Amino acid sequence: MTTSATTATPDRAVASPAEAPSPEAAVLRVRDVAVELGGRLVLHDANLDVRAGELVGLIGPNGAGKTTLLRSILGLVRRRSGEVLVDGAAARGASTSMGYVPQRHEFAWDFPISVEDAVMSGRVRRIGWLRRAGVADYRATREALDRVRMTHLRKRPVGELSGGQRQRVLVARALALGPGVLLLDEPFTGLDVPTQELLTDLFAELAREDGKAVLMTTHDLVAAMHACTRICLLNRTVVATGTPAELDDPALWMRAFGISQTSPLLSALGLSTTDRKADA
Amino acid sequence: MISLGEFIQDLLNPDLAFLPKALLVAVMSSVVCGVIGCHVVLRGMAFIGDAVAHAVFPGLAIAFVLQGSLVIGGAVAGVVTAVLVAVFSQNRRLKEDSIIGVFFVAAFALGIVIISTAPGYAGSLQQFLFGSITGIPDEDVYVVAIAGAILLLVAFLLHKEFVAVSLDREMARSAGLPVFWLDLALYVLVTIAIVLSVQTIGNILVLALLITPAAAARLLTDRLGLMMFLAPVIGGASALVGLYLSWSLDLPAGGTIVLVATAVFLVAWFFAPRHGLLARRRRHGSARTPEQEAENQGVAAGERATLGGVPTG
Ligand SMILES: Nc1ncnc2c1ncn2[C@@H]1O[C@H](COP(=O)(O)OP(=O)(O)OP(=O)(O)O)[C@@H](O)[C@H]1O
Ligand SMILES: [Mg+2]
Repeated sequence: MTTSATTATPDRAVASPAEAPSPEAAVLRVRDVAVELGGRLVLHDANLDVRAGELVGLIGPNGAGKTTLLRSILGLVRRRSGEVLVDGAAARGASTSMGYVPQRHEFAWDFPISVEDAVMSGRVRRIGWLRRAGVADYRATREALDRVRMTHLRKRPVGELSGGQRQRVLVARALALGPGVLLLDEPFTGLDVPTQELLTDLFAELAREDGKAVLMTTHDLVAAMHACTRICLLNRTVVATGTPAELDDPALWMRAFGISQTSPLLSALGLSTTDRKADA
Repeated sequence: MISLGEFIQDLLNPDLAFLPKALLVAVMSSVVCGVIGCHVVLRGMAFIGDAVAHAVFPGLAIAFVLQGSLVIGGAVAGVVTAVLVAVFSQNRRLKEDSIIGVFFVAAFALGIVIISTAPGYAGSLQQFLFGSITGIPDEDVYVVAIAGAILLLVAFLLHKEFVAVSLDREMARSAGLPVFWLDLALYVLVTIAIVLSVQTIGNILVLALLITPAAAARLLTDRLGLMMFLAPVIGGASALVGLYLSWSLDLPAGGTIVLVATAVFLVAWFFAPRHGLLARRRRHGSARTPEQEAENQGVAAGERATLGGVPTG
């Protein structure tokens, strides 16, 4: 971990300037959400707030329900109880105020389509039935591509992109709708460290500069602790949330991940024996 | 072998009135299949074509036994199948190909049993299975023309939605597109395209009309628009050339048309500018161009090793 510029301190990230909404108002609120899949209670009493300008890392072991939480926020799985509020209003299934970046392997990368058109495909619903993309759609596409710095590759077929470039295309596609909330599911899977850092910087930027509320699942705990303004530990329910510095109790991690006191994970996070404070 | 001039003379010969009709129907249905086939190939859902082609058969058989309209009989059976497949395939735990293996071969068997109750069925069975260029009623030419035009119009109007679903179902669903209904619409389009083609080309070979031209077009280009232009051109040209060869060499029409399309596919396989075997061989030898390297600036080397993404839970 060499980048120190990306370690946004929580206060800086939350109290972002002028146009950002007031830090009090969470853009995304998850209230007591429970989800049942195949007859099993996969998620229960999940509570989470994400404010504008925050980059929140959703962390937990395999099968903890991270993807399920994202999908229930989007209305892709039915909630057994609880509610999801976006900008204070109940989120509709087909919300355009949320951008979703599913896991990369959901996308048909062998499809004969250019980067530009793939990004535009995020706006299909907005464009509407029987209509063609208009000026506003092209502008939104161009701006989204600019934002992820893929403009120079906009004519490339998506099949000829690297893993990191592909991830940026997916982010641009979500951004093309101009959402206030961005949900990212394991954006780093299968990417090398430099690429991960590039993307982390991008996500931090989207939160800090564009005032998006970003919620991201990842298995890269060290990177998440480094870059996220807040961390949410999930294991079938929210075990703990707080700034990386606040989550310094090894017991929380042991509970969330079901690991023992001697697990190398704890030492990787600097939590095992030495009481190392955040490097800020 | 007769010359092209003689072929044209035959086409204009009133005693051979079935020939231009067959040509018209074959070319029109190939063009429609080419366009719809692009979606089928890109989604990797050749199974739906297979399913429908099989399932259309009992419908045709019933229509034949009852002396009803073959097009309508096939269409009804096919649409029922399309709905079933759409419903079943929403549940990703059921493997589509096993369903088809059991269910649709059974449908095929049912068709054979039904048609065997009609007197003199052997001839008509062969006609259904391998197609026939004689005995296409006049009204079928109109049916194919009108239905084909409607099909192309619907495919055009729903194009961007079909593409969004093919690209990423999860995302399409989260954006609020009615994925199930779009799937169903596409399956119905496939069904009708097959029913329109089944008479000339035959039940067994119709899948090739759907898949082969689109697959060849895919090899030739990375642009969807161009692919959807090339596939019907390849299909239509194959029908034209195939029918000419079959007429002049006295070969079965359906088989000849499919072989011509397959020849085009093989040519594309070897010689396509980017995805052809030769092009890949050539590229493999030479290093990447400087511009390509420049374009990749800022991205770690060796990233390509992770191209496919890692499937996780
Ligand atoms: N369609 C389904 N039917 C039944 N159970 C499911 C279904 N999808 C997921 N589950 C279960 O729900 C639980 C949560 O799954 P989920 O995919 O949300 O985990 P995750 O935290 O995203 O895990 P990973 O880190 O592996 O991506 C798992 O125990 C899984 O087995
Ligand atoms: Mg997951």
